[in-house]
Amino acid sequence: MTSKTLSVTIDRGAPGPDTFDVPGHDNQTVLDVVSWVQQNADPTLSYRFACRVGMCGSCAMMVNGVPRWTCRTHVSKVVQDGAVHIGPLRNLPVVKDLVVDMDPFFDKWVGAEGVHHGTLTRDDPIAAVDETSAARVEANAGIECINCSVCYAACDTVAGNPDYLGPAALQRAWTLLNDAKDDGRLAILDAVSGSGGCHNCHSMGSCTTYCPNELDPMSAIAGLKRETAKSFFRRGR
Amino acid sequence: MRTAGITSRAHPLWLAYILHRLSGLGLALFLPFHFWILSLALTDPARLDGFLAFTEIGAVKLAEFGLVFLLAVHMFGGLRLMALEWLPWTPPQKTLAAGATALSFLIATLFLMQAV
Repeated sequence: MTSKTLSVTIDRGAPGPDTFDVPGHDNQTVLDVVSWVQQNADPTLSYRFACRVGMCGSCAMMVNGVPRWTCRTHVSKVVQDGAVHIGPLRNLPVVKDLVVDMDPFFDKWVGAEGVHHGTLTRDDPIAAVDETSAARVEANAGIECINCSVCYAACDTVAGNPDYLGPAALQRAWTLLNDAKDDGRLAILDAVSGSGGCHNCHSMGSCTTYCPNELDPMSAIAGLKRETAKSFFRRGR
Repeated sequence: MRTAGITSRAHPLWLAYILHRLSGLGLALFLPFHFWILSLALTDPARLDGFLAFTEIGAVKLAEFGLVFLLAVHMFGGLRLMALEWLPWTPPQKTLAAGATALSFLIATLFLMQAV
């Protein structure tokens, strides 16, 4: 395995993809491969990474047509006949090579009211949180999101509707809706029931299938569908 | 520029989605035709008999089998979707529900086979 050479194709916009021969190693990640290309074959290759341990969410790319966190994806798991095809994340504007503009993704995070709606000040005592309550269990299920945009790239509904808020933003809205310390219920329900909101979701489940942290945005969006429907039948209460 | 195909759709949830969507489209195309044929019973019985003679042909019988399949797939797809979105079940509960549905379907089919 150590001496085997990988054929790595990288999408780079016009005039087209480049293919590189990269030395294969045991315990080699897709990010290692991209770094090798940039350091040894083509220093003009642009890509993005930071922590290399699956915490920061900045190195996600399309690997053989599937969105993945490249720092925690072993080449041996994805290589097909000695070849790997790497491209920029789907559904986001490409800046250069493997770097995409994450602004639309983060703007939608805010658009879904994925911000803290506080009621207390620093002078108030810290409110107790019951870790065993049903709402807290729902909230805890989604808090490990690292904003990597893998779910956003996997979603066909995002591809078909540029206004759709997407799985990550909606999951954050669902987390805050269930957070006892967040007082944004009406603002959140209003934000997620609009034209780009949770009811666009067709439950294709690619977000849940490919989330590298094994979160379940599809079920979170289903929760928002239930809450917005209940709110509608109760006339906004 | 993207030259690698999107292979991220090859998973059961997406396949269930596309099966539901395509079976729905198939039924939407078929049902108006179906009701038009039925209406011939009132407006033009002789022509209806002509159509009914078609149903003796093997290929048409096979197509009818396909329609029943579409109906069944679409119904189960709809039930699945409603359960998925309206019932906040845990994954083990969903697995149990799917298993129970499959088992009852199997038993019902066995009874049906015996009857035939």
